[in-house]
Amino acid sequence: MLLDVKGLKSGYGRIEALHGIDLSVNKGELVALVGANGAGKTTFLRALSGVQGVTAGTIRYAGEDITRASPQKRVTLGISQVPEGRQVFGPLTVEDNLRLGAFKRRGEDPAADLERMYGLFPILKKKRLDAAGTLSGGQQQMLAMGRALMAHPDLLLLDEPSMGLSPLLVGEIFNIVQMLKEQGVTILLVEQNAYAALAIADRGYVLETGTITLTGAGTDLLANDQVRAAYLGM
Amino acid sequence: MLGEFLQYLFSGLTSGAIYALVGLGFALIYNASHVINFAQGEFVMLGGMGTVFIAAAGVPLPLAGLLAVLLATVVGFALEKLAVEQTRNASVVTLIIITIGASIFVRGGAQVAFDKQFHTLPSFSGDTPINILGATITPQSLWVLGITVVIVLLLQYFFTRTLLGKAILATSHNPMAARLVGINVNAILLMSFGLSAALGAVAGILITPITSTNYEVGIMLGLKGFCAAILGGLGSGFGAIAGGVILGVAEALGAGYISSEYKDVIAFVIILAALFFMPSGLFGKRGTDRV
Ligand SMILES: Nc1ncnc2c1ncn2[C@@H]1O[C@H](COP(=O)(O)OP(=O)(O)OP(=O)(O)O)[C@@H](O)[C@H]1O
Ligand SMILES: [Mg+2]
Repeated sequence: MLLDVKGLKSGYGRIEALHGIDLSVNKGELVALVGANGAGKTTFLRALSGVQGVTAGTIRYAGEDITRASPQKRVTLGISQVPEGRQVFGPLTVEDNLRLGAFKRRGEDPAADLERMYGLFPILKKKRLDAAGTLSGGQQQMLAMGRALMAHPDLLLLDEPSMGLSPLLVGEIFNIVQMLKEQGVTILLVEQNAYAALAIADRGYVLETGTITLTGAGTDLLANDQVRAAYLGM
Repeated sequence: MLGEFLQYLFSGLTSGAIYALVGLGFALIYNASHVINFAQGEFVMLGGMGTVFIAAAGVPLPLAGLLAVLLATVVGFALEKLAVEQTRNASVVTLIIITIGASIFVRGGAQVAFDKQFHTLPSFSGDTPINILGATITPQSLWVLGITVVIVLLLQYFFTRTLLGKAILATSHNPMAARLVGINVNAILLMSFGLSAALGAVAGILITPITSTNYEVGIMLGLKGFCAAILGGLGSGFGAIAGGVILGVAEALGAGYISSEYKDVIAFVIILAALFFMPSGLFGKRGTDRV
């Protein structure tokens, strides 16, 4: 088991947003976490990355307890996140954004990694000297993914990568997610777009107002009446 | 005529360079933490007074200067660790009040550790003025201008060519995303305060042979540096430099052609006008998108 979360609680001030989450991800798996607006998906991913306080529970990664580890330690251990809303460094160039993704591996020559990212996202090569803030939404999403991959993650956390994108671009992003999985990256994919996420996931979890209410194989969840009614509009 | 003008210009450029260095200190800290550090002037004082007193203890002058810069840097670190980092979620007004409190504390400490007298340092390479087109410039002014240019070029290189410099810009733009790529935001903040303190201290050493120093010298220099930073657009390094030079030159011309009694008034008239007509400064950008 690569990631093993037990009884995780977190919140904002006195408001608890996660009421004890149990979730695990095996090495090489693609796990989807779906849920409605405000269910706590982003809060959960931020807690995994160490940028959101945890009030109870444990996070184990590759056998190590990282519940209290600093964000930079977690990046070094192999956890990278593509945050909700892309959060690229707008005033910096596309290439600088990518280089910063490898911040914990500075000292190593990033040239080969940059080429790999430009192979994965050719548009970024064309725009490599443009300010990241001038890119379109889809391009920023690719940049945010490239930035996270520059760290050589073993576990990639994706927070709503399809948000605000055209159907064509959503398809492209999901193709890349699948390709990364085939290359051996373990992925935890958070989506409101439950259908697309569950369709490519090995397993899925359904999060409702801070509590996991359902879990199972991706295809089983897709067939589940409750899920179909609540998230797929069927 | 030309000689007179050049004379004022040289003197304006010299003080402008100092304001620029202090203004850069404001910009660095503001960018990293969105704190307006009103203790910035105290770093200038620590540079000058520190050098005087360390040299008086028998340390050779260049080494004394270096130690004074280190002293200011340590005080900068302490300010970040003890005051700013502890109150990270405090409002901007609270943080400003904290830095004002810190400046009073440092000034009080300096009064006790040093004294209340005025002190000066020997010019770095003599006092024989150099004639240029009917005006004279002192070798110390050339030192001020030269070292300021070198510092600006070094900073430029640091922020545009090194990953660490870019990490500071990234942190200032989006601290959350910076943490997610593994940048230690607290270390970045600490570094910004240290760097900013060192800049201020260098300014304080450079100017002491010209204007002399005492424990209160940081008040006015801090305010002028703040004006430079505001005039150029808070958070813009280039703006702080331009703001400093404009301020210094305007002051010197005003003092020369109108009356030297108005020297300080001119600075504050300029800053009020700038705030009124260009609230985001000459080179500032609106919103959170500033670098
Ligand atoms: N910074 C914050 N301060 C206070 N409450 C917050 C904050 N961020 C989120 N919340 C609250 O925490 C709960 C979980 O929010 P979270 O953003 O984790 O949900 P989400 O599942 O990611 O939603 P979405 O699909 O809209 O991204 C919500 O009730 C939200 O209002
Ligand atoms: Mg969210």
